[in-house]
Amino acid sequence: MSTPQIAAKNLDLFYGEFQALHDINLNISEKQITALIGPSGCGKSTFLRTLNRMNDLVKGVSIKGEIQIGGENIYDKSVNVVELRKKVGMVFQKPNPFPMSIYDNIAYGPRAHGIKKKAQLNEIVERSLKQAALWNEVKDRLHSSALGLSGGQQQRLCIARVLAVEPEIVLMDEPTSALDPLATLKVEELVNELKQQYTIVIVTHNMQQAARISDITSFFLNGKIVETDITSKVFTNPSNKQTEDYITGKFG
Amino acid sequence: MNVLRKQKIAFACLSGLGLLTVCVLIFIIGYILSQGLTMINIEFLTSKPRKMGAEGGIFPAIIGTLYLVITTMIIATPIGVGAAIYLNEYTSRGKITSVIRFATEALAGIPSIVFGLFGFAFFVILLEPVTGGWSILSAALTGVTMVLPTIVRTAEEALKAVPDSLREGSLALGTTKWQTIKGLILPTAMPGIITGIILSIGRVVGETAAFLLTLGGTLLIPQSLMDGSRTLSLHLYMVAMETGAMDVAFGTAAVLIILILIINLTASWFFRRLIKRFS
Repeated sequence: MSTPQIAAKNLDLFYGEFQALHDINLNISEKQITALIGPSGCGKSTFLRTLNRMNDLVKGVSIKGEIQIGGENIYDKSVNVVELRKKVGMVFQKPNPFPMSIYDNIAYGPRAHGIKKKAQLNEIVERSLKQAALWNEVKDRLHSSALGLSGGQQQRLCIARVLAVEPEIVLMDEPTSALDPLATLKVEELVNELKQQYTIVIVTHNMQQAARISDITSFFLNGKIVETDITSKVFTNPSNKQTEDYITGKFG
Repeated sequence: MNVLRKQKIAFACLSGLGLLTVCVLIFIIGYILSQGLTMINIEFLTSKPRKMGAEGGIFPAIIGTLYLVITTMIIATPIGVGAAIYLNEYTSRGKITSVIRFATEALAGIPSIVFGLFGFAFFVILLEPVTGGWSILSAALTGVTMVLPTIVRTAEEALKAVPDSLREGSLALGTTKWQTIKGLILPTAMPGIITGIILSIGRVVGETAAFLLTLGGTLLIPQSLMDGSRTLSLHLYMVAMETGAMDVAFGTAAVLIILILIINLTASWFFRRLIKRFS
């Protein structure tokens, strides 16, 4: 295995007095899909949000330990959070298209980063929508409101919006939990495609989904990592009893 | 008496009261319009008053109203919207914000003649070298203190209605907080903010007491912000009280009512657009 792109080292996270993450150590490799699974409240989403420092927005959060991305501790004082989030994009649980046109949704990030030329923006919008497998469905109505799209289309739009910023890593926080099975399937196919260019970390409460799409699975329980291994091994021959109980449906 | 009958009586009483309110409104507006509409013609709207306003047109008052509204809103809008952005985007519910909120609400409850007295003492007399005494500027600054609470509160509500998921989505794309506010939050909240601005315009157009003490009331067309003037409301008051020319007063009132009606309809159109944006 090559050197990890993301490495969490002895990470503790507190919401005020309450400790939500305990001594997390996790290596995530480039251009792989890593799934974080576990019951509600186990800390998997909280951990995901430490990777692009979205937890900074929550009051009373404090962190010990470090997270290295590309060898640099992202909690170092010298780190520019805005630059970090360009590199580490995020797709949320509920699709959150902006109340503007499809085109403007995609162009929003690049514009904020200083791209003004229309030709260049057109090119980015087309490329991102194609990457997100949405182009054919929306190419004739790029300038109508994104709020008119279906839930599944909205989520793929949100993925395209992230891709337009050209991140290296894409974090996904239960991206299909608000979608119907068909839309879920489309997003899963898309995630599988994206793996060739991006490192993907996906939180899911759907174990079949983790088994279907991920290369590595990490099982969280009560704020700790119980087991991290190759996905097929976690689901067929887990080395920990708690993992086995969870994936066989004894709890959670 | 059985409950069904009580229910019927209650319904009859309440619908009667509802009808009464509507009737009063229709009667007042109808009466004023029937008295005033006959006065309104191009000449009335575009010519200067004669004999202290007892005859002639209302042109200077229309110009004065426009100048005052525009000046007031140019000053009040950036301050009010800026304060609302600060309250909603940059602070959490702490002590300072609750003090600011209390202040804006207290300000909203003060009778307008008190604002007028303050404006007279402070802007007209104390700051005369700057404001020119009784002037559009003095009146506009007084107007600003009156409409600020409305602008701050409606803008704050509009900003609050923007879901946090949008803020997160934008920040996660590597934008700064200011880019997020400027590029996403403000445009999304804009219909609500505009509603507040339009309601404030209505307040300035309708206000009399505060401007009686600050605007001066000259019938000349103002040449600069440091000149005095009169608004339609003020003109209406002065014509009715000083000349007794009720026909001119009713004509002015009719113009005022039509103006306010247009302003309120525009405000509610923008408000409906805000609601639609989140449903």
